[in-house]
Amino acid sequence: MLLISCPNCGSRDETEFHYGGQAHVPYPENPNELDDRQWAEFLFYRDNTKGAFAERWLHSTGCRQWFNMLRDTVTYEIQAVYPMGAARPDKAAPAPESGTASTAPDSTTTGTAAPDISGTSTAPATPAAGTIAPEGATK
Amino acid sequence: MANTAALNGINGLRDIRRSPASHLTAALEAGSIEGTVVLQEGPFQTMAGIRVDPRSEEGARVAAVAGGLPARCGEVGGADGVSVLWLGPSEFLVVAPEEAHDSLGGNLIGSLTAALGGAPGQVVDLSANRTTFELSGARARAVLEKGCSLDLHPRSFPPGTALNTEVGNIPVVLEKTGEESFRLFPRASFADFLGRWLLDAMREYASPEVP
Ligand SMILES: [Zn+2]
Repeated sequence: MLLISCPNCGSRDETEFHYGGQAHVPYPENPNELDDRQWAEFLFYRDNTKGAFAERWLHSTGCRQWFNMLRDTVTYEIQAVYPMGAARPDKAAPAPESGTASTAPDSTTTGTAAPDISGTSTAPATPAAGTIAPEGATK
Repeated sequence: MANTAALNGINGLRDIRRSPASHLTAALEAGSIEGTVVLQEGPFQTMAGIRVDPRSEEGARVAAVAGGLPARCGEVGGADGVSVLWLGPSEFLVVAPEEAHDSLGGNLIGSLTAALGGAPGQVVDLSANRTTFELSGARARAVLEKGCSLDLHPRSFPPGTALNTEVGNIPVVLEKTGEESFRLFPRASFADFLGRWLLDAMREYASPEVP
């Protein structure tokens, strides 16, 4: 059970929330110009990140407000909670505690942590860039 | 939008109105332990759902009619027997005695609707949406703690506050009305479930405590 900190209500059980999928997926600026493949990619294709992942949550049993959350998909550590519409926070702050973290060969590290907010990009977002490797961070 | 004019004709039907947990009345009485924990279904209430930005001009008008809007999670506004529960940053539940309803001689819904006017937001008559359970007694908190994961200790949940949460895995607005008394507002369709769930949770207190 996750303990999620709602920006309005404080810490509540995960059962009070609904998951809203990947955050920062922009609606296409000109939907009419997309071909079927691009439209399908906008609708259905999402990252499958191993590590820090920006996602949307709804506090459905409480204040019924949406918010964004940065969560590690390996450790389930919640790294940040921030408002809808805000840019993905720089997640450099919580440094990995594990000494074995950085040697993983399959790290998705690309060096850029910029959220996919370009607006016209409809290709599946590049794996939203972990700058820390999630490997070995299990506790 | 409450079409209150059309409700004037319902007064003749008032006598056959049944509350959602009325079939449990005898069971609630039998399951209550006087002096320890007592459960009953409360009387009908007039309830109105409000959606308005509390910082706006219309928000101030609505607040004036309702007796004050709560500012944040947990707070309860209102005055003169009217409670305004915080459901969200721009969503509130007004709970008032039944007589406040426009069809019974009151003007709560109408005056709230008039206060909002044509501004963005809504006032909806929700009087039949939820029922009220009144749980009180020295063991009331212990009963709730079996199915509510919030900290119900008085230091974090004092009298005069209310939270929108889960009790027994169903959505409930939980209001603390006194040191040892609570009001629970489940939606009508959950009334039977919650009533029986609470009775089950209360049952152990009917027996002598096992040391
Ligand atoms: Zn909330």
